Amino acid sequence: MSNQAVLYDAPGPKARRLTLIVSIVAAVVAVVGAYFFIYRPLKENGQLSMELWGPLIDPGNENFDQLWQRLGQGFKATIIAAVLAIICSLLFGTALAILRVQLRSVRTVPGVQLLISVLNLITRICVEVLRGIPVVITIFFVWVGLNQLGAKDIVIPLSDIGLADLTISYLLYSLVIGLTIYNGVVIGEILRSGMEGLPRGQREAADAIGLSTFQTIRLVLLPQAYRIMLPALISQLVVVLKDTSLGFIITYEEILRVAGQTVQVLGNGIQTYVVVGAIYIAANYTLSKIAEYTQRRMARGRKTPRQPGGGAQLPPASLGADTELPALVAKLDD
Amino acid sequence: MSVLFDNIDLFAKGFWLTLQVCILSAIGAVIIGTVVAVLRISPIPPLRWLGTAYVTVFRNAPLTVVFFLAAFGLPALGSNAEFLNIPGLNLLFSRLDYDLPYFRFAVFALMIYTGAFVCEALRSGVNAVPPGQAEAARAIGLTFSQNLRHVVLPQAWRAAIVPLGSVIIAMIKNSAIAGFFGLAGDLSQTGYDLVVARGEAVLPVFVGISLGFLLLTMPLGLLLDRFERQAVRAR
Repeated sequence: MSNQAVLYDAPGPKARRLTLIVSIVAAVVAVVGAYFFIYRPLKENGQLSMELWGPLIDPGNENFDQLWQRLGQGFKATIIAAVLAIICSLLFGTALAILRVQLRSVRTVPGVQLLISVLNLITRICVEVLRGIPVVITIFFVWVGLNQLGAKDIVIPLSDIGLADLTISYLLYSLVIGLTIYNGVVIGEILRSGMEGLPRGQREAADAIGLSTFQTIRLVLLPQAYRIMLPALISQLVVVLKDTSLGFIITYEEILRVAGQTVQVLGNGIQTYVVVGAIYIAANYTLSKIAEYTQRRMARGRKTPRQPGGGAQLPPASLGADTELPALVAKLDD
Repeated sequence: MSVLFDNIDLFAKGFWLTLQVCILSAIGAVIIGTVVAVLRISPIPPLRWLGTAYVTVFRNAPLTVVFFLAAFGLPALGSNAEFLNIPGLNLLFSRLDYDLPYFRFAVFALMIYTGAFVCEALRSGVNAVPPGQAEAARAIGLTFSQNLRHVVLPQAWRAAIVPLGSVIIAMIKNSAIAGFFGLAGDLSQTGYDLVVARGEAVLPVFVGISLGFLLLTMPLGLLLDRFERQAVRAR
Protein backbone atom coordinates (compact mmCIF):
# COMPACT_ATOMS: atom_id res chain seq x y z
CA MET A 1 0.00 0.00 0.00
CA SER A 2 1.28 3.41 -0.79
CA ASN A 3 -0.30 4.86 2.32
CA GLN A 4 -0.57 2.86 5.47
CA ALA A 5 -3.38 5.05 6.75
CA VAL A 6 -5.47 3.18 4.21
CA LEU A 7 -5.62 0.37 6.75
CA TYR A 8 -7.95 2.26 9.00
CA ASP A 9 -10.67 4.86 8.59
CA ALA A 10 -10.02 8.55 9.14
CA PRO A 11 -10.71 8.71 12.87
CA GLY A 12 -13.99 10.22 13.99
CA PRO A 13 -14.52 11.71 17.48
CA LYS A 14 -15.00 8.33 19.18
CA ALA A 15 -11.95 6.79 17.49
CA ARG A 16 -9.87 9.85 18.28
CA ARG A 17 -10.84 9.60 21.96
CA LEU A 18 -10.01 5.89 21.99
CA THR A 19 -6.69 6.53 20.29
CA LEU A 20 -5.88 9.24 22.81
CA ILE A 21 -6.70 6.98 25.77
CA VAL A 22 -4.71 4.07 24.38
CA SER A 23 -1.81 6.39 23.54
CA ILE A 24 -1.66 7.66 27.09
CA VAL A 25 -1.92 4.15 28.49
CA ALA A 26 0.80 2.91 26.12
CA ALA A 27 3.08 5.83 27.00
CA VAL A 28 2.59 5.21 30.71
CA VAL A 29 3.26 1.49 30.31
CA ALA A 30 6.38 2.23 28.30
CA VAL A 31 7.71 4.65 30.90
CA VAL A 32 6.94 2.28 33.78
CA GLY A 33 8.51 -0.62 31.88
CA ALA A 34 11.61 1.42 31.14
CA TYR A 35 11.84 2.35 34.81
CA PHE A 36 11.55 -1.16 36.08
CA PHE A 37 13.54 -3.01 33.47
CA ILE A 38 16.20 -0.50 32.55
CA TYR A 39 16.55 2.33 35.01
CA ARG A 40 16.27 0.45 38.31
CA PRO A 41 18.64 -2.44 37.46
CA LEU A 42 21.18 0.01 36.07
CA LYS A 43 20.98 2.16 39.17
CA GLU A 44 21.19 -0.81 41.51
CA ASN A 45 24.32 -2.02 39.78
CA GLY A 46 25.86 1.41 39.98
CA GLN A 47 25.88 1.90 36.23
CA LEU A 48 24.47 5.40 36.35
CA SER A 49 27.20 6.86 38.50
CA MET A 50 29.13 9.85 37.24
CA GLU A 51 32.30 7.88 37.78
CA LEU A 52 31.38 5.65 34.85
CA TRP A 53 29.67 8.22 32.66
CA GLY A 54 32.09 11.02 33.48
CA PRO A 55 34.91 10.25 31.06
CA LEU A 56 32.40 10.21 28.24
CA ILE A 57 30.23 13.24 28.77
CA ASP A 58 31.82 15.48 31.41
CA PRO A 59 34.48 17.80 29.97
CA GLY A 60 35.79 18.42 33.46
CA ASN A 61 36.61 14.78 34.02
CA GLU A 62 40.29 13.97 34.01
CA ASN A 63 39.99 11.20 31.46
CA PHE A 64 37.67 13.05 29.13
CA ASP A 65 40.21 14.55 26.75
CA GLN A 66 42.29 11.45 26.46
CA LEU A 67 39.30 9.20 25.96
CA TRP A 68 37.81 11.32 23.23
CA GLN A 69 41.17 11.71 21.57
CA ARG A 70 41.48 7.93 21.42
CA LEU A 71 37.92 7.55 20.19
CA GLY A 72 38.63 10.19 17.58
CA GLN A 73 41.65 8.24 16.34
CA GLY A 74 39.57 5.09 16.23
CA PHE A 75 36.84 6.85 14.30
CA LYS A 76 39.38 8.18 11.82
CA ALA A 77 40.73 4.65 11.34
CA THR A 78 37.18 3.41 10.75
CA ILE A 79 36.49 6.09 8.15
CA ILE A 80 39.79 5.41 6.37
CA ALA A 81 39.06 1.69 6.20
CA ALA A 82 35.49 2.31 5.02
CA VAL A 83 36.49 4.78 2.31
CA LEU A 84 39.27 2.54 1.00
CA ALA A 85 36.96 -0.46 1.09
CA ILE A 86 34.17 1.26 -0.78
CA ILE A 87 36.51 2.61 -3.46
CA CYS A 88 38.11 -0.78 -4.02
CA SER A 89 34.72 -2.53 -3.95
CA LEU A 90 33.36 -0.13 -6.55
CA LEU A 91 36.33 -0.79 -8.83
CA PHE A 92 36.20 -4.54 -8.27
CA GLY A 93 32.43 -4.64 -8.59
CA THR A 94 32.41 -2.64 -11.82
CA ALA A 95 35.06 -4.92 -13.30
CA LEU A 96 33.11 -8.00 -12.23
CA ALA A 97 29.84 -6.66 -13.65
CA ILE A 98 31.49 -5.77 -16.95
CA LEU A 99 33.06 -9.21 -17.10
CA ARG A 100 29.80 -11.01 -16.46
CA VAL A 101 27.71 -8.97 -18.89
CA GLN A 102 30.44 -9.26 -21.51
CA LEU A 103 30.57 -13.03 -21.09
CA ARG A 104 26.82 -13.31 -21.45
CA SER A 105 26.42 -11.15 -24.53
CA VAL A 106 29.49 -11.91 -26.60
CA ARG A 107 28.97 -14.11 -29.67
CA THR A 108 31.88 -15.76 -31.48
CA VAL A 109 32.93 -19.07 -33.03
CA PRO A 110 31.52 -22.16 -31.30
CA GLY A 111 34.87 -23.27 -29.89
CA VAL A 112 35.48 -20.00 -28.11
CA GLN A 113 31.79 -19.91 -27.18
CA LEU A 114 32.22 -23.09 -25.16
CA LEU A 115 35.17 -21.58 -23.32
CA ILE A 116 33.09 -18.51 -22.63
CA SER A 117 30.23 -20.57 -21.17
CA VAL A 118 32.68 -22.39 -18.93
CA LEU A 119 34.15 -19.07 -17.81
CA ASN A 120 30.65 -17.80 -17.19
CA LEU A 121 29.87 -20.81 -15.03
CA ILE A 122 33.10 -20.44 -13.06
CA THR A 123 32.41 -16.77 -12.45
CA ARG A 124 28.90 -17.57 -11.32
CA ILE A 125 30.12 -20.22 -8.90
CA CYS A 126 32.74 -17.86 -7.49
CA VAL A 127 30.17 -15.12 -7.01
CA GLU A 128 27.68 -17.39 -5.26
CA VAL A 129 30.38 -18.87 -3.01
CA LEU A 130 31.86 -15.50 -2.04
CA ARG A 131 28.40 -14.15 -1.28
CA GLY A 132 27.48 -17.18 0.82
CA ILE A 133 30.48 -16.90 3.12
CA PRO A 134 30.15 -14.47 6.03
CA VAL A 135 32.31 -11.34 5.81
CA VAL A 136 33.91 -12.16 9.17
CA ILE A 137 35.23 -15.42 7.86
CA THR A 138 36.60 -13.78 4.72
CA ILE A 139 38.33 -11.01 6.67
CA PHE A 140 39.69 -13.42 9.25
CA PHE A 141 41.13 -15.89 6.77
CA VAL A 142 42.60 -13.16 4.57
CA TRP A 143 44.34 -11.81 7.67
CA VAL A 144 45.62 -15.20 8.75
CA GLY A 145 46.65 -16.11 5.24
CA LEU A 146 48.55 -12.87 4.66
CA ASN A 147 50.13 -13.25 8.07
CA GLN A 148 51.43 -16.68 7.21
CA LEU A 149 52.73 -15.42 3.88
CA GLY A 150 54.70 -12.83 5.83
CA ALA A 151 52.77 -9.68 5.02
CA LYS A 152 54.19 -6.45 6.33
CA ASP A 153 53.11 -2.85 6.48
CA ILE A 154 53.33 -0.97 3.22
CA VAL A 155 55.40 2.15 3.63
CA ILE A 156 55.08 4.72 0.89
CA PRO A 157 58.15 6.90 1.18
CA LEU A 158 56.94 10.44 0.76
CA SER A 159 59.85 11.96 2.61
CA ASP A 160 61.39 12.68 -0.77
CA ILE A 161 58.75 15.30 -1.37
CA GLY A 162 58.91 16.58 2.15
CA LEU A 163 55.87 14.82 3.67
CA ALA A 164 55.90 12.15 6.34
CA ASP A 165 56.08 8.54 5.17
CA LEU A 166 52.64 7.07 4.60
CA THR A 167 52.26 3.74 6.37
CA ILE A 168 49.48 1.37 5.44
CA SER A 169 49.46 -1.22 8.17
CA TYR A 170 48.97 -4.79 7.10
CA LEU A 171 45.92 -4.94 9.33
CA LEU A 172 44.36 -2.15 7.30
CA TYR A 173 44.95 -3.74 3.97
CA SER A 174 43.86 -7.20 5.04
CA LEU A 175 40.65 -5.65 6.36
CA VAL A 176 40.19 -3.71 3.13
CA ILE A 177 40.91 -6.79 1.01
CA GLY A 178 38.42 -8.87 2.98
CA LEU A 179 35.74 -6.18 2.75
CA THR A 180 36.47 -5.64 -0.94
CA ILE A 181 36.08 -9.31 -1.79
CA TYR A 182 32.63 -9.48 -0.27
CA ASN A 183 31.27 -6.05 -1.11
CA GLY A 184 32.85 -6.05 -4.54
CA VAL A 185 30.95 -9.20 -5.40
CA VAL A 186 27.70 -7.73 -4.06
CA ILE A 187 28.20 -4.45 -5.92
CA GLY A 188 29.05 -6.44 -9.05
CA GLU A 189 25.77 -8.28 -8.76
CA ILE A 190 23.86 -5.04 -8.17
CA LEU A 191 25.38 -3.43 -11.24
CA ARG A 192 24.88 -6.53 -13.36
CA SER A 193 21.21 -6.79 -12.46
CA GLY A 194 20.93 -3.07 -13.15
CA MET A 195 22.48 -3.46 -16.60
CA GLU A 196 20.37 -6.49 -17.45
CA GLY A 197 17.25 -4.75 -16.23
CA LEU A 198 17.61 -1.96 -18.72
CA PRO A 199 15.21 -2.02 -21.69
CA ARG A 200 16.49 -4.23 -24.51
CA GLY A 201 16.10 -1.37 -26.91
CA GLN A 202 19.20 0.21 -25.46
CA ARG A 203 21.38 -2.69 -26.42
CA GLU A 204 19.72 -3.06 -29.82
CA ALA A 205 20.21 0.62 -30.59
CA ALA A 206 23.87 0.39 -29.59
CA ASP A 207 24.21 -2.65 -31.83
CA ALA A 208 22.52 -0.77 -34.67
CA ILE A 209 25.08 2.03 -34.57
CA GLY A 210 27.88 -0.51 -34.58
CA LEU A 211 29.22 -0.41 -31.03
CA SER A 212 31.06 -3.51 -29.82
CA THR A 213 29.89 -5.28 -26.68
CA PHE A 214 32.46 -3.62 -24.49
CA GLN A 215 31.71 -0.19 -25.94
CA THR A 216 28.00 -0.76 -25.36
CA ILE A 217 28.64 -1.60 -21.75
CA ARG A 218 31.01 1.26 -21.23
CA LEU A 219 29.05 4.00 -23.02
CA VAL A 220 25.40 2.96 -22.70
CA LEU A 221 24.65 0.36 -20.05
CA LEU A 222 27.03 1.10 -17.21
CA PRO A 223 26.25 4.84 -16.77
CA GLN A 224 22.54 4.10 -16.64
CA ALA A 225 23.05 1.17 -14.28
CA TYR A 226 25.03 3.41 -11.94
CA ARG A 227 22.35 6.06 -11.93
CA ILE A 228 19.55 3.61 -11.33
CA MET A 229 21.37 1.60 -8.69
CA LEU A 230 22.69 4.63 -6.82
CA PRO A 231 20.42 4.12 -3.77
CA ALA A 232 21.45 0.48 -3.52
CA LEU A 233 25.10 1.50 -3.78
CA ILE A 234 24.68 4.04 -0.99
CA SER A 235 23.00 1.37 1.14
CA GLN A 236 26.00 -0.82 0.47
CA LEU A 237 28.16 2.00 1.84
CA VAL A 238 26.15 1.71 5.06
CA VAL A 239 26.86 -2.01 5.11
CA VAL A 240 30.59 -1.38 4.57
CA LEU A 241 30.65 1.09 7.44
CA LYS A 242 29.00 -1.43 9.72
CA ASP A 243 31.34 -4.18 8.59
CA THR A 244 34.47 -2.14 9.35
CA SER A 245 33.56 -2.77 12.97
CA LEU A 246 34.57 -6.38 12.28
CA GLY A 247 38.11 -5.07 12.09
CA PHE A 248 38.39 -5.40 15.83
CA ILE A 249 38.59 -9.17 15.38
CA ILE A 250 41.84 -8.82 13.50
CA THR A 251 43.06 -6.24 16.02
CA TYR A 252 42.76 -3.31 13.65
CA GLU A 253 42.56 -0.16 15.74
CA GLU A 254 39.16 1.03 14.71
CA ILE A 255 36.71 2.66 17.06
CA LEU A 256 35.28 -0.53 18.51
CA ARG A 257 38.66 -1.94 19.42
CA VAL A 258 39.71 1.39 20.90
CA ALA A 259 36.53 1.32 22.95
CA GLY A 260 37.39 -2.19 24.13
CA GLN A 261 40.77 -0.97 25.29
CA THR A 262 39.39 2.04 27.15
CA VAL A 263 36.76 -0.16 28.76
CA GLN A 264 39.50 -2.36 30.16
CA VAL A 265 41.11 0.67 31.77
CA LEU A 266 38.07 2.66 32.84
CA GLY A 267 35.63 -0.16 33.47
CA ASN A 268 32.61 1.59 31.96
CA GLY A 269 31.51 -1.04 29.44
CA ILE A 270 27.86 -0.21 28.88
CA GLN A 271 28.42 3.52 28.76
CA THR A 272 31.22 3.41 26.21
CA TYR A 273 29.39 1.01 23.93
CA VAL A 274 26.21 3.04 24.11
CA VAL A 275 28.15 6.12 23.02
CA VAL A 276 29.99 4.24 20.26
CA GLY A 277 26.70 2.73 19.14
CA ALA A 278 25.16 6.20 19.03
CA ILE A 279 28.02 7.42 16.83
CA TYR A 280 27.51 4.53 14.41
CA ILE A 281 23.74 5.00 14.40
CA ALA A 282 24.09 8.69 13.63
CA ALA A 283 26.51 8.06 10.76
CA ASN A 284 24.49 5.25 9.20
CA TYR A 285 21.19 7.04 9.66
CA THR A 286 22.57 10.02 7.76
CA LEU A 287 23.75 7.77 4.94
CA SER A 288 20.40 5.98 4.78
CA LYS A 289 18.59 9.29 4.60
CA ILE A 290 20.85 10.33 1.74
CA ALA A 291 20.02 7.05 -0.05
CA GLU A 292 16.30 7.63 0.44
CA TYR A 293 16.57 11.19 -0.78
CA THR A 294 18.47 10.05 -3.88
CA GLN A 295 15.84 7.43 -4.62
CA ARG A 296 13.04 9.93 -4.20
CA ARG A 297 14.70 12.45 -6.48
CA MET A 298 15.29 9.82 -9.12
CA ALA A 299 11.73 8.53 -8.92
CA ARG A 300 10.46 12.06 -9.39
CA GLY A 301 12.68 12.82 -12.35
CA ARG A 302 11.84 9.64 -14.18
CA LYS A 303 11.33 10.26 -17.89
CA THR A 304 10.26 6.75 -18.91
CA PRO A 305 7.12 5.22 -17.42
CA ARG A 306 7.80 2.98 -14.45
CA GLN A 307 7.88 -0.73 -15.32
CA PRO A 308 4.79 -2.55 -13.99
CA GLY A 309 6.86 -5.06 -12.04
CA GLY A 310 9.22 -2.44 -10.71
CA GLY A 311 11.57 -5.31 -9.96
CA ALA A 312 13.49 -4.71 -13.15
CA GLN A 313 15.03 -1.63 -11.64
CA LEU A 314 15.80 -3.06 -8.25
CA PRO A 315 18.37 -5.67 -7.33
CA PRO A 316 16.85 -9.18 -7.26
CA ALA A 317 15.53 -10.42 -3.98
CA SER A 318 18.42 -12.79 -3.38
CA LEU A 319 20.62 -9.73 -3.14
CA GLY A 320 18.40 -8.39 -0.41
CA ALA A 321 20.40 -10.40 2.03
CA ASP A 322 23.42 -8.31 1.19
CA THR A 323 21.89 -4.93 0.49
CA GLU A 324 19.27 -3.09 2.45
CA LEU A 325 17.26 -1.98 -0.54
CA PRO A 326 13.98 -3.92 -0.21
CA ALA A 327 13.49 -2.58 3.26
CA LEU A 328 14.64 0.83 2.13
CA VAL A 329 11.96 0.91 -0.53
CA ALA A 330 9.42 -0.15 2.04
CA LYS A 331 10.53 2.68 4.27
CA LEU A 332 9.81 5.18 1.53
CA ASP A 333 6.18 4.28 1.62
CA ASP A 334 5.41 5.55 5.09
CA MET B 1 43.74 -31.35 2.81
CA SER B 2 44.11 -34.06 5.40
CA VAL B 3 43.38 -31.41 7.99
CA LEU B 4 39.87 -31.32 6.64
CA PHE B 5 39.27 -35.04 7.03
CA ASP B 6 41.09 -35.47 10.32
CA ASN B 7 38.99 -32.83 11.98
CA ILE B 8 35.70 -33.58 10.29
CA ASP B 9 34.08 -34.19 13.66
CA LEU B 10 35.07 -30.69 14.82
CA PHE B 11 33.57 -29.19 11.68
CA ALA B 12 30.41 -31.24 12.11
CA LYS B 13 30.02 -30.15 15.73
CA GLY B 14 30.65 -26.55 14.75
CA PHE B 15 28.07 -26.82 11.99
CA TRP B 16 25.53 -28.26 14.41
CA LEU B 17 26.11 -25.51 16.99
CA THR B 18 25.86 -22.77 14.36
CA LEU B 19 22.65 -24.39 13.13
CA GLN B 20 21.25 -24.31 16.66
CA VAL B 21 22.12 -20.63 17.08
CA CYS B 22 20.51 -19.83 13.73
CA ILE B 23 17.29 -21.74 14.40
CA LEU B 24 16.76 -20.18 17.82
CA SER B 25 17.62 -16.69 16.63
CA ALA B 26 15.37 -17.08 13.59
CA ILE B 27 12.38 -18.06 15.72
CA GLY B 28 13.02 -15.23 18.16
CA ALA B 29 13.66 -12.71 15.40
CA VAL B 30 10.41 -13.56 13.59
CA ILE B 31 8.46 -13.20 16.85
CA ILE B 32 10.10 -9.88 17.73
CA GLY B 33 9.84 -8.70 14.12
CA THR B 34 6.13 -9.43 13.96
CA VAL B 35 5.48 -7.55 17.18
CA VAL B 36 7.49 -4.53 16.04
CA ALA B 37 5.83 -4.59 12.61
CA VAL B 38 2.40 -4.50 14.22
CA LEU B 39 3.63 -1.61 16.38
CA ARG B 40 4.81 0.24 13.30
CA ILE B 41 1.54 -0.02 11.36
CA SER B 42 -0.82 0.54 14.28
CA PRO B 43 -2.98 3.68 14.36
CA ILE B 44 -1.62 4.75 17.76
CA PRO B 45 1.23 7.25 17.40
CA PRO B 46 3.30 6.37 20.54
CA LEU B 47 3.38 2.71 19.48
CA ARG B 48 4.41 3.76 15.99
CA TRP B 49 7.24 5.89 17.39
CA LEU B 50 8.38 3.03 19.62
CA GLY B 51 8.49 0.67 16.65
CA THR B 52 10.29 3.18 14.44
CA ALA B 53 12.83 3.93 17.18
CA TYR B 54 13.55 0.23 17.65
CA VAL B 55 14.03 -0.35 13.93
CA THR B 56 16.19 2.76 13.46
CA VAL B 57 18.48 1.80 16.32
CA PHE B 58 19.03 -1.79 15.31
CA ARG B 59 19.26 -1.26 11.58
CA ASN B 60 21.97 1.35 11.93
CA ALA B 61 24.06 -0.12 14.72
CA PRO B 62 26.63 -2.74 13.75
CA LEU B 63 26.03 -6.23 15.06
CA THR B 64 29.34 -6.16 16.92
CA VAL B 65 28.16 -3.22 19.04
CA VAL B 66 24.95 -5.14 19.82
CA PHE B 67 27.01 -8.17 20.80
CA PHE B 68 29.21 -6.07 23.06
CA LEU B 69 26.18 -4.52 24.71
CA ALA B 70 24.65 -7.95 25.25
CA ALA B 71 27.88 -9.31 26.69
CA PHE B 72 28.44 -6.28 28.95
CA GLY B 73 24.97 -4.91 29.46
CA LEU B 74 23.09 -8.02 30.46
CA PRO B 75 25.47 -8.97 33.28
CA ALA B 76 25.45 -5.35 34.44
CA LEU B 77 21.67 -5.50 34.55
CA GLY B 78 22.13 -8.55 36.71
CA SER B 79 20.93 -11.03 34.15
CA ASN B 80 22.60 -14.09 32.71
CA ALA B 81 20.05 -14.20 29.90
CA GLU B 82 18.39 -16.98 31.87
CA PHE B 83 15.08 -15.84 30.47
CA LEU B 84 16.07 -17.61 27.26
CA ASN B 85 16.33 -20.89 29.13
CA ILE B 86 12.84 -22.01 28.21
CA PRO B 87 12.09 -25.38 29.91
CA GLY B 88 10.96 -27.25 26.82
CA LEU B 89 13.57 -25.87 24.46
CA ASN B 90 16.60 -26.64 26.60
CA LEU B 91 16.03 -30.33 26.09
CA LEU B 92 16.54 -29.86 22.36
CA PHE B 93 19.16 -27.13 22.51
CA SER B 94 21.23 -28.16 25.48
CA ARG B 95 23.45 -25.10 25.33
CA LEU B 96 20.60 -22.98 26.63
CA ASP B 97 21.10 -24.65 29.97
CA TYR B 98 24.81 -24.03 30.41
CA ASP B 99 26.20 -21.90 33.19
CA LEU B 100 28.34 -20.06 30.68
CA PRO B 101 25.95 -17.57 29.18
CA TYR B 102 27.66 -17.01 25.83
CA PHE B 103 25.25 -19.13 23.81
CA ARG B 104 22.28 -17.30 25.27
CA PHE B 105 23.96 -13.91 24.77
CA ALA B 106 24.64 -14.78 21.14
CA VAL B 107 21.06 -15.88 20.53
CA PHE B 108 19.74 -12.78 22.30
CA ALA B 109 21.91 -10.34 20.37
CA LEU B 110 21.13 -11.97 17.01
CA MET B 111 17.44 -12.05 17.87
CA ILE B 112 17.05 -8.38 18.67
CA TYR B 113 19.27 -7.31 15.78
CA THR B 114 17.55 -9.42 13.13
CA GLY B 115 14.12 -8.58 14.54
CA ALA B 116 14.44 -5.06 13.13
CA PHE B 117 15.15 -6.40 9.65
CA VAL B 118 12.33 -8.93 9.90
CA CYS B 119 10.00 -6.06 10.77
CA GLU B 120 11.06 -4.17 7.65
CA ALA B 121 10.62 -7.29 5.51
CA LEU B 122 7.11 -7.85 6.87
CA ARG B 123 6.27 -4.21 6.32
CA SER B 124 7.40 -4.37 2.72
CA GLY B 125 5.10 -7.37 2.37
CA VAL B 126 2.20 -5.40 3.79
CA ASN B 127 3.01 -2.52 1.45
CA ALA B 128 2.94 -4.88 -1.51
CA VAL B 129 -0.76 -5.64 -1.02
CA PRO B 130 -2.77 -3.39 -3.38
CA PRO B 131 -4.39 -0.53 -1.45
CA GLY B 132 -7.72 -1.37 -3.04
CA GLN B 133 -7.90 -4.44 -0.84
CA ALA B 134 -7.75 -2.47 2.40
CA GLU B 135 -10.14 0.13 1.00
CA ALA B 136 -12.62 -2.58 0.03
CA ALA B 137 -12.32 -4.07 3.51
CA ARG B 138 -13.07 -0.69 5.03
CA ALA B 139 -15.97 -0.26 2.62
CA ILE B 140 -17.65 -3.36 3.98
CA GLY B 141 -17.12 -2.11 7.51
CA LEU B 142 -14.24 -4.18 8.88
CA THR B 143 -12.31 -2.67 11.79
CA PHE B 144 -8.53 -2.25 11.75
CA SER B 145 -7.79 -5.59 13.37
CA GLN B 146 -10.36 -7.44 11.27
CA ASN B 147 -8.93 -5.77 8.20
CA LEU B 148 -5.45 -6.97 9.09
CA ARG B 149 -6.44 -10.44 10.06
CA HIS B 150 -8.82 -11.37 7.25
CA VAL B 151 -7.71 -9.32 4.27
CA VAL B 152 -4.25 -7.78 4.47
CA LEU B 153 -2.04 -10.20 6.38
CA PRO B 154 -2.96 -13.36 4.44
CA GLN B 155 -1.93 -11.60 1.23
CA ALA B 156 1.03 -9.77 2.74
CA TRP B 157 2.41 -13.06 3.92
CA ARG B 158 3.13 -14.27 0.38
CA ALA B 159 4.79 -11.04 -0.64
CA ALA B 160 6.92 -10.97 2.50
CA ILE B 161 8.46 -14.41 2.06
CA VAL B 162 11.24 -13.34 -0.31
CA PRO B 163 12.53 -10.38 1.77
CA LEU B 164 12.12 -12.53 4.87
CA GLY B 165 14.24 -15.25 3.32
CA SER B 166 16.93 -12.72 2.46
CA VAL B 167 16.94 -11.49 6.04
CA ILE B 168 17.31 -15.04 7.37
CA ILE B 169 20.21 -15.72 5.01
CA ALA B 170 21.88 -12.52 6.22
CA MET B 171 21.31 -13.64 9.81
CA ILE B 172 22.94 -17.01 9.18
CA LYS B 173 25.98 -15.19 7.87
CA ASN B 174 25.95 -12.83 10.85
CA SER B 175 25.92 -15.74 13.28
CA ALA B 176 29.55 -16.29 12.40
CA ILE B 177 30.37 -13.29 14.60
CA ALA B 178 29.16 -15.18 17.66
CA GLY B 179 32.20 -17.42 17.53
CA PHE B 180 34.46 -14.45 18.20
CA PHE B 181 32.45 -13.42 21.24
CA GLY B 182 33.11 -16.32 23.53
CA LEU B 183 30.80 -18.92 22.01
CA ALA B 184 33.06 -21.97 22.13
CA GLY B 185 32.69 -24.61 19.47
CA ASP B 186 30.79 -22.98 16.65
CA LEU B 187 32.07 -22.89 13.06
CA SER B 188 34.03 -19.65 13.18
CA GLN B 189 35.55 -20.41 16.56
CA THR B 190 36.58 -23.84 15.26
CA GLY B 191 38.32 -22.12 12.38
CA TYR B 192 40.06 -19.70 14.71
CA ASP B 193 41.10 -22.51 16.99
CA LEU B 194 42.45 -24.70 14.21
CA VAL B 195 44.36 -21.98 12.44
CA VAL B 196 45.60 -19.71 15.21
CA ALA B 197 45.85 -21.95 18.24
CA ARG B 198 46.87 -25.17 16.53
CA GLY B 199 48.64 -23.66 13.56
CA GLU B 200 47.08 -25.86 10.90
CA ALA B 201 47.21 -24.94 7.23
CA VAL B 202 44.96 -22.05 6.34
CA LEU B 203 43.47 -23.13 3.01
CA PRO B 204 41.90 -26.49 4.00
CA VAL B 205 40.38 -25.00 7.14
CA PHE B 206 39.01 -22.11 5.08
CA VAL B 207 37.46 -24.58 2.66
CA GLY B 208 35.94 -26.55 5.52
CA ILE B 209 34.44 -23.53 7.28
CA SER B 210 33.15 -22.09 4.02
CA LEU B 211 31.51 -25.40 3.13
CA GLY B 212 29.80 -25.34 6.49
CA PHE B 213 28.34 -21.91 5.91
CA LEU B 214 27.53 -22.54 2.27
CA LEU B 215 25.62 -25.65 3.35
CA LEU B 216 23.44 -23.35 5.43
CA THR B 217 23.00 -20.44 3.02
CA MET B 218 23.00 -22.00 -0.46
CA PRO B 219 19.86 -24.16 -0.13
CA LEU B 220 17.92 -21.23 1.27
CA GLY B 221 19.20 -18.99 -1.52
CA LEU B 222 18.20 -21.48 -4.21
CA LEU B 223 14.78 -21.99 -2.60
CA LEU B 224 14.32 -18.25 -2.52
CA ASP B 225 15.24 -17.85 -6.19
CA ARG B 226 12.82 -20.58 -7.18
CA PHE B 227 10.06 -19.04 -5.08
CA GLU B 228 10.67 -15.65 -6.65
CA ARG B 229 10.58 -17.09 -10.15
CA GLN B 230 7.32 -18.88 -9.36
CA ALA B 231 5.85 -15.69 -7.98
CA VAL B 232 6.86 -13.73 -11.08
CA ARG B 233 5.30 -16.38 -13.31
CA ALA B 234 2.11 -16.42 -11.26
CA ARG B 235 1.83 -12.67 -11.65
